[in-house]
Amino acid sequence: MIERYDLIVIGAGPAGLSAAIEAAKNGLSPIVFDENAKPGGQLFKQIHKFFGSKEHKAKIRGYKIGEDLLKEAEEYGVKVVLNATVIGLYQEKEITVKIGEEVKHYKGDSILVATGASENMVTFKGWTLPGVIGAGAAQTMMNLHHVKAGERVLMLGSGNVGLVVSFQLMQAGCEVVALVDAAPRIGGYGVHAAKVARCGVPFYLSHTIIEAEGTDCVTGVTIGEVGPDWKIKPGTEKHFDVDTICLAVGLSPMSQLLKQAGCEMKDTPGGYVPVCDELGATSIEGIYAAGDVSGIEEASSAMIEGRISGAVISNYLGYLSDEGLKTKTEELEHALGSLRQGMFAPENRGKLVTKTEEDIDVSMNLLEKGYVAEDEIERYPGVTHTVGIHPVMECTQNIPCNPCQDACPRGCISIGDNITSLPVVRTDVKCVGCGMCVASCSGQAIFLVDEETEPGYGTVTMPYEFFPLPEAGDKGIALGRDGRKVCDAEVVGVKTSKAFDHTNLLTIRVPSDMTMKARFYRSAE
Amino acid sequence: MVDVQARLKEIGPYVPAADDDMLICRCEEVTKGEIRQAVHAGMFTIEEIRRFLRCGMGLCQGQTCGKLVKGIVARELGVRPTDIEPAVSRAPMRPIEMRILAEDGGER
Repeated sequence: MIERYDLIVIGAGPAGLSAAIEAAKNGLSPIVFDENAKPGGQLFKQIHKFFGSKEHKAKIRGYKIGEDLLKEAEEYGVKVVLNATVIGLYQEKEITVKIGEEVKHYKGDSILVATGASENMVTFKGWTLPGVIGAGAAQTMMNLHHVKAGERVLMLGSGNVGLVVSFQLMQAGCEVVALVDAAPRIGGYGVHAAKVARCGVPFYLSHTIIEAEGTDCVTGVTIGEVGPDWKIKPGTEKHFDVDTICLAVGLSPMSQLLKQAGCEMKDTPGGYVPVCDELGATSIEGIYAAGDVSGIEEASSAMIEGRISGAVISNYLGYLSDEGLKTKTEELEHALGSLRQGMFAPENRGKLVTKTEEDIDVSMNLLEKGYVAEDEIERYPGVTHTVGIHPVMECTQNIPCNPCQDACPRGCISIGDNITSLPVVRTDVKCVGCGMCVASCSGQAIFLVDEETEPGYGTVTMPYEFFPLPEAGDKGIALGRDGRKVCDAEVVGVKTSKAFDHTNLLTIRVPSDMTMKARFYRSAE
Repeated sequence: MVDVQARLKEIGPYVPAADDDMLICRCEEVTKGEIRQAVHAGMFTIEEIRRFLRCGMGLCQGQTCGKLVKGIVARELGVRPTDIEPAVSRAPMRPIEMRILAEDGGER
């Protein structure tokens, strides 16, 4: 027997679930298939806080967004079938699904393909050795299965995945020995790079892996500098003892089902994707695509794309009026549009942006070494000097994110209506040092600085997400933005609060002239 | 129709390279050299190479090597990877035991 549904969704990730929820809200009874044992796609391994504005669920950690989505899906009666591998998609909107020991047939009045993407690999001598893994795989191992991927890790790729996973590897207790990218500049957000750099991870841009060493598994790696001809410059080789090499070199859409169904496809440098109209309809009537399968972006945009698809499909099947669709898509496209703005907007991909929207020079040090240099930091509007405690916001790139401006109960921080503007610290409003802004910043780029709390000494309060948590009275060293020691430091306060959502506020006491330099703390031993 | 002989002349003879023994398709154990030689034997599409060498037909169904094979073929032919004709997609999209597939009676 063929089972029929008004909407079949393939993939229970952020796009697929969002679409099913939106469709169910309009009265459809969707069924969602996923080949994995757990729903949520990649959301549950995203332990970091997301960027964006409130409507994009900014400053909420990925796994929490996943939990909320699942709850919403349940509320609206969305049927999610797990361990269900869709093995075929046919033009007549029929699918074959392997469930258990059986191949089952389903037919949909509409089908949404939201199968996501898979990790790219690169080849070098020894790339097939155990210990060479995808960065996403490392993230799955540690964040979902609580298995450490390795002890000493080299990361290849400086996009957001490479940067975020490097930080999470350190949170899991691994040592990240180097972050390497063949490109001359860091690809991901500067704030992600900065939080990795201040932990002491060196960045090697214009470098690539020459060889993974070892006979049965990885025991070391050699990297070298790439010249303009993409060949290794002789004499630039560097060796590291590592047991793990993580590859974060991009994602490819898993679009094979759409091709099999006969949808018109196009090959782009970003992958093989279906040709879709602006609302995600493929060339076959009734078959839609949303999320990474239609072009790599990230979870926040996948969720909005999914909502749009849900509305479009509701309209296609007569559950939503043209008027209703128009209102819904206008609202969602506005949200999607605001995510696609700023220095990392799709149209800026691969381009070197040298000025911020405020006409301030972009920190080249940040792009090449992962941190803003001391002689660059003072030029940003979030960095001010006043007597007493105040926020220092080392947010130097125009990215669509604004939770900090709502975080301050006193209104010290202002971004304005343009979500990509750099935060401005108002010196006419007195900071009370509550730390809400520090915890609200997904980029961990806000510090509370008091340049003089006692003669010759001041304090720096920083976001801290490592275990074990230091205690007041602990002595150690303060590290600069470059991860090198700047001075001795004493922990004078550790604040944790439910409102901070697992971001602890660590306050260290350092000499006054170090308060604008000390940005990380490491205990003495 | 591609004039295979003319195209082969254009790309020149197969020249062995130091990394020819590098595995590209791990599932079916296909090396870079084998893929390069297949191009010089007149196979210019992923479909032909896949049928000849089985690269991309193993457990991961080309998820890992698909892009790599395409890159090697493109370089050998002196074109962009997006100019290479991709392979056909067909069910089953994921590896499946024959006994399960064989039980599938379709619209019963």
